[in-house]
Amino acid sequence: MRATVTVSLKSGVLDPQGEAIKGALGSMGFEGVEGVRQGKVIELDLAENVTEAQITEMCEKLLANTVIESYRVDMGA
Amino acid sequence: MKAAVLVFPGSNCDRDMAVALDAAGMDVSMVWHKDSALPDGLDLVAVPGGFSFGDYLRCGAIAAQSPICRELAAHVARGGYALGVCNGFQVLTETGALPGALLLNASTKFICKTARLTVETAASAFTACYQAGAQIDIPIAHHEGNYRIDDEGLKALQEEERIAFRYVENPNGAMDDIAGVLSENRRVLGMMPHPERAADAALGLTDGAPLFASLTEALVAA
Repeated sequence: MRATVTVSLKSGVLDPQGEAIKGALGSMGFEGVEGVRQGKVIELDLAENVTEAQITEMCEKLLANTVIESYRVDMGA
Repeated sequence: MKAAVLVFPGSNCDRDMAVALDAAGMDVSMVWHKDSALPDGLDLVAVPGGFSFGDYLRCGAIAAQSPICRELAAHVARGGYALGVCNGFQVLTETGALPGALLLNASTKFICKTARLTVETAASAFTACYQAGAQIDIPIAHHEGNYRIDDEGLKALQEEERIAFRYVENPNGAMDDIAGVLSENRRVLGMMPHPERAADAALGLTDGAPLFASLTEALVAA
């Protein structure tokens, strides 16, 4: 079983890396890039008996810092 | 007065911290992150700067889950004193001992220079030997020092005078120029600047020495 955890900075939190990427895209000549947010993807390979509640706990306690980050869990391959 | 300096893989300011605490008159021991107990009768836990666990995942996040940090949390819950500098500040926010979080510098660059700070309050065991409003020069060396907290949390820090230090010229984008914050009981201080690098004339700067002198005075009185 695989869970994919996507961690992003909460909206409203300045993302300096996203801003730098946006600037680079603009300087390369790509037009129309109005915003860039950079996050991270964490793939968990899990035994079948791991529950969604446990995955949520993993996210809350370690994978995301909920003071500044939000996360999304996608189940499946 | 007994102080312990926590040591994680990747800590690199642990010995500097120990030297500064020792010079201020404390009995210092080094405690490895896998240890499951702090020394008996401990007054202060210092969490040093560095790159604990290579800054993997988030700065301080892995360290905050180490066995010794459970003991740190218990020490803080008992009303014990704790000082976190740079990566140590990041660890203290990740453990929940201090509010807020430290994000990448707004410039995206690592900044290594001497920063001028304002001492915002002398009402703490860490700052009693300073005059409130004094300006001091303390080195900074960090990539993630951009302090963030929600509006409610910021208001609480301001109203309770828990912002210990502010940058005179904000180097990293931190909210409200915050360089260091105190816990609700004022016994935990986290700061990005390095007072231990400014505590001996041989290092060129001495404005950090009163912080350690303040702690010694407070712990003798306690």
